[in-house]
Formats: sequence, structure tokens, C-alpha cells
Amino acid sequence: MKRVVAAILTLFALVTIVFFLVRLMPGEPFTSAKLTAEVAANMEKYYGFDKPLYVQYFQYIGNLLHGNFGYSMFYTNKTVNYIIGQGFPFSADLGIRALVLAISMGIVLGIIAARNRGNKIDVFCVIIAILGTSIPDFIMGAILQYFFGIKWGLLPVAKYKGFAYTILPACALAFYTLASVSRIMRASMLEVVQQDYIKTAKAKGLSSLRITCKHQIRNAIMPVITMLGPTVASVLTGTFVIESIFAIPGMGKYYVESVTQNDYSMILGMTVFYGAFLVICNLIVDILYGLVDPRVRVGGK
Amino acid sequence: MDKQEKLLELKNVVFSFRTYAGVVQSVRDVSFDVRKGEILGIVGESGCGKSVTVQSILRLNPEPPGFFGGGEIIYKGQNLLELSEKEMRKIRGKEIGFIFQDPMTSLNPTMRVGAQIEEVFLGETSVSKKEVKEKALNIMRMVGISDVERRYRQYPHELSGGMKQRVMIAIALVSQPSLIICDEPTTSLDVTIEAQILDLLLELREKFGTSIIMITHDLGVIAKLCDRVVVMYGGKVVEQGTVEEIFYETSHPYTKGLMNSIARLDMSREDTLTPIEGTPPDLFAPPKGCPFAARCEYAMDVCYEYPPERSVLSEEHVASCWLHHEFAPKVDLRTGGRKHDE
Repeated sequence: MKRVVAAILTLFALVTIVFFLVRLMPGEPFTSAKLTAEVAANMEKYYGFDKPLYVQYFQYIGNLLHGNFGYSMFYTNKTVNYIIGQGFPFSADLGIRALVLAISMGIVLGIIAARNRGNKIDVFCVIIAILGTSIPDFIMGAILQYFFGIKWGLLPVAKYKGFAYTILPACALAFYTLASVSRIMRASMLEVVQQDYIKTAKAKGLSSLRITCKHQIRNAIMPVITMLGPTVASVLTGTFVIESIFAIPGMGKYYVESVTQNDYSMILGMTVFYGAFLVICNLIVDILYGLVDPRVRVGGK
Repeated sequence: MDKQEKLLELKNVVFSFRTYAGVVQSVRDVSFDVRKGEILGIVGESGCGKSVTVQSILRLNPEPPGFFGGGEIIYKGQNLLELSEKEMRKIRGKEIGFIFQDPMTSLNPTMRVGAQIEEVFLGETSVSKKEVKEKALNIMRMVGISDVERRYRQYPHELSGGMKQRVMIAIALVSQPSLIICDEPTTSLDVTIEAQILDLLLELREKFGTSIIMITHDLGVIAKLCDRVVVMYGGKVVEQGTVEEIFYETSHPYTKGLMNSIARLDMSREDTLTPIEGTPPDLFAPPKGCPFAARCEYAMDVCYEYPPERSVLSEEHVASCWLHHEFAPKVDLRTGGRKHDE
């Protein structure tokens, strides 16, 4: 319960800070050359910019409490809710595929690497991890498009219209997360192997496979869970680069666009949406901690 | 104790570790044996190779970086060093139980206590799940854990240190091994718990006739528990004999030093404890003579040059010290006597 209150307070602080910060940005929402001064003034009145800032703030908070993010200032007749509703399913769909791939493969690779420490298999896994964390996703996306889409013609290059279309962007998006998960898992496995209770397990006459499965993995997975909170939030809410390379109508594009266009309500809406998502993910991570490690059960005894 | 059947015998065991700084020779030519039903103590200061020696019996030291440089470990007639990993697993936990030093870190924090005890039976098809649970609960009761049904389902962090060590003992005992190796089992416990745990070990020996190897640096524990004692220094056995011989007929200057550095009831207020000056030898490059020579108040020239021979002083009592050579000056270690140098 305490965590939920803290989460709400965090979100409130986020809204407040971003609300005032966007006003400090240079430029204004209505700067098109075609706008006459009169029209611009009308627009500003329509969006309530003629009122004092604190009135606008309370009005915004009031709307927010009703789940209303307001109208976009760039897509003038669309609400922010509508745009998020359009883009989020695509981003989330792609994100979930990427996450499932990244987390499962990442953990497995990390475990395999740690079990084969120092030999060729380990080196191979470490190289994948280094490549994954160092190759930017737009290059990864382009490489995948070139080989699988153009050179070998196996998979569609862009758009998002069915399973075959999801493979390349999901891989491109997953690669970085996969690499970091495997790196963290490997390091954590190697740390756990040094623990006394692993020696106890060995002294019981258990096989090394059993020791890994029953004693190592559950104790080693905590750092991976820790990093998952922010990762899940950012991957699910859309990534600008991957979505634009693969022409996926997700949320990422709108987020970047809103900043360049000084689209105040869009920036705020997106930020609050992302923030809420992050807070929820972190809450889930806290609960997961307790499931994995009995020493940190959330609340109660 | 008269001559009994040997359960375990270490013959000239050498165990080293490869590190970035070079090869550490942790165990250098160690030989001793353990007989049926006896409690053998191993004493020595930190880093003298006690733990590595006993862990090498079950081949628990990580290999690599560790490796055996030679020797044999004979258990019930078979050389453990020649067994495959699979055969070795049948020895670990089933034939030889192991109790580790720190119960706080030696139990898996994410696994229930009961499951950790039952795991010893994993892979044994002859016993049913129900029987295994029954065995686990029985052993928990026997080692003095109260309210076993509840404890069985608890996680290690819900138990006190003493309880955790009892769980460790339960794990070591549950399949009724012939030998239990205790690596400083009471070092991290407070004294009252220590006394309880030691009593428990004695009781178990009475009940099952289990042999016990007891590693400690506490001579009080040795005196209370053990039948015979092995004194280790610098990766070697410097003296071994029955408890009486070690305490009353001390025949190695290092053992003498250990005795002098603990408090006794018959000391007067003015007496001070005498620590052993200096530091243990560097096992990266062990001295070619006696490892203790550099710290020994009786050291002679020969001690620095040649490793001392084993001098058999009685049926059980063996000391590796040049002082027992016929040409050496006679020194009475028992009275803390001075070197004859007239």
C-alpha cells in the first residue's frame, strides 16, 4: 500500500515538473508561417493559453484526473488519448515480442556462458553480448533489413501487417536487451557460484546441472529482474528509431515529434503515460523480487 | 582407543592452486588416517591448509584452479582420486557428510529447509517421497530442532544461527554417513550454542558410531571432543598423536606455541600469554627446510636447509622436528624449557 501511495506521488511530481518545464522550452506551439497573428491568438485562446499559468495547471490536473490528456496542438483535431490509443497497440505488440525473445534468450545465453566459463562457448556468448550492447539499433535494423529483406528476400522489409512482418523489428529491438540481460545473468551466475551454499550443494552429491538449475539460477536472477523494470517500460512504449526504420505506426514517432513541434499537451500526455507505465513496471518488479527471494517479501510477514 | 580399522587414509596428498601470482601449494605432502568411530581433530592457524585438506577428501575444491599434485585418499579400500565425477557423487553426502564453517552463508537462501535436507536423497530410487520426508523430519528432531513440521517449510533466513547450523548438521547426517567432516562448525556461533552443537556431535558419535574429522583452531574444542589430533602448519602435518600426547607430551615447537598462546586456569595473574612471533610461511614459495623454522625459538641451521624427518615417538605420536634427532640438543618443550646452549 505504501508503495502505491509513493507511486502516485511520483507521478504527480512528474506531471508538475514536466508541465512547467515544457513552458521553458524556446518557441511556441503555433509558429506556422501561414498563421496570421489573429488566428494564432484565437488558437491560444482555444487552448487556454490566455489564462494565468497556475489556472492552466489546475485545469490540466483536473482533466488528467478524468483520464483526459487534452487535444494535440499539432494534430489539431485529434486528442492525445486518441493518438496513444492508435499507436500504443503497435508499440506494445512489437515490444512484447521483443521482450519475450530478449529475456528468454538473454537468460539462457548468460547461463550457458557462465557454465562454460573461459572456453569457446563462453567467448561466443560474450562476443554476442558486446556486439549487442555496442551496435546501435538503427544499424542493427538496417543490417537485418538488408540481409533478410533484400539480399535473401526471406522476410518483409517494413510495415506491420502480420507475423512475418514482426520478426525483423522484434529482433532488432530485442538485440540490445538480449545482450544486456545475458551479460548481467552471466556475471551474476559467476558470483553465485562462489557462494558457500553452492559448495554445500556439491557436498550433498548433486550433479552440476542440478546445482545450476536448483541453486544457482534462482539466486542469480535478481539483478536481471532489477534491470527489467525500466527496460520493459521503455521497450513497450515504443522506440522511435526502430519504428521509423520499419515503418511501424507505433507511439515512438509521436513522442519525438511532439518535442520538436512544441506540442505541449502531447509531450505531457506521452510523459505521463510513460511515467505511469514505468511506475507500474517497477511495482511489478518489487512483487517479483518477493516471489523469487523469500527474504524480500513485500509487506506483511 | 586401541588400533581400529582405518576408515579413511590420506597418503602424501599434495594439493595446489594456480593463481595469477603463481602456484600456491596449499597442501604439501599430508598423511593421516581416520578410524571407525573416532573423532580426529585438526588444528592449525588460518591459512595452514586445514580446510583445503579436508575439502580435497570430497574433491570439493574447484578444479581448476586447484589440482592434485599427488598422493592417495583411500576410503573403505578405494582411492577417491581415481573415481569418476559420477562415482564421487555417490560418496558425497551419502558416505561422507560435510558441515561447513558458516551456517549463515552455507544454506541456499531461496530454498526451504526441508527441501535442502531431502536433496541428499536425490536420484535414489529405493526410497519413496514420503519416506524421504519422514527421514528429514526425524533427523531434524534428532539434531534438536523444535517444531519440525513448521521449520521444514521455513526458509533459512527465518532461523537463528544455531538453528541453521543444526540444519547443516541434519543435511550432513540424514543419510547416515560413515564419516562427517566438520570444518570449524562452531567458529561463527556464540559459546552457548557452540557447547550445544559439540554435545550434539558427541551424542551422534555415540548413537551411530560415526567417525568425525573436526577442524578447529580452538584447543578447548579439541580437548573436549577428540581422540586424536593432527597439528598442521604451512600445509604440512607437523605433529600428530592422541589428545593426551599432544597436550602433555607436546613434541613440536609449533604445538607448544599454540599451547602457550591460550589462557589456562592455573595461570597466575602475572603470567602473560605468549603469542608466536612472525607470520606463517609464504605458500607461493615455501621454505625448503622446516616451514616453522623462521618462527621457531629452537631453530638450528639444519632446520632452514632440510625438511625435518618424521620422528615416531610412540605408537600414535609422530612429530616432524629436527629436535628429535639424536644429534640435536635436548630440549624439554613441556616445561617451556630454554635451549641448551652452554
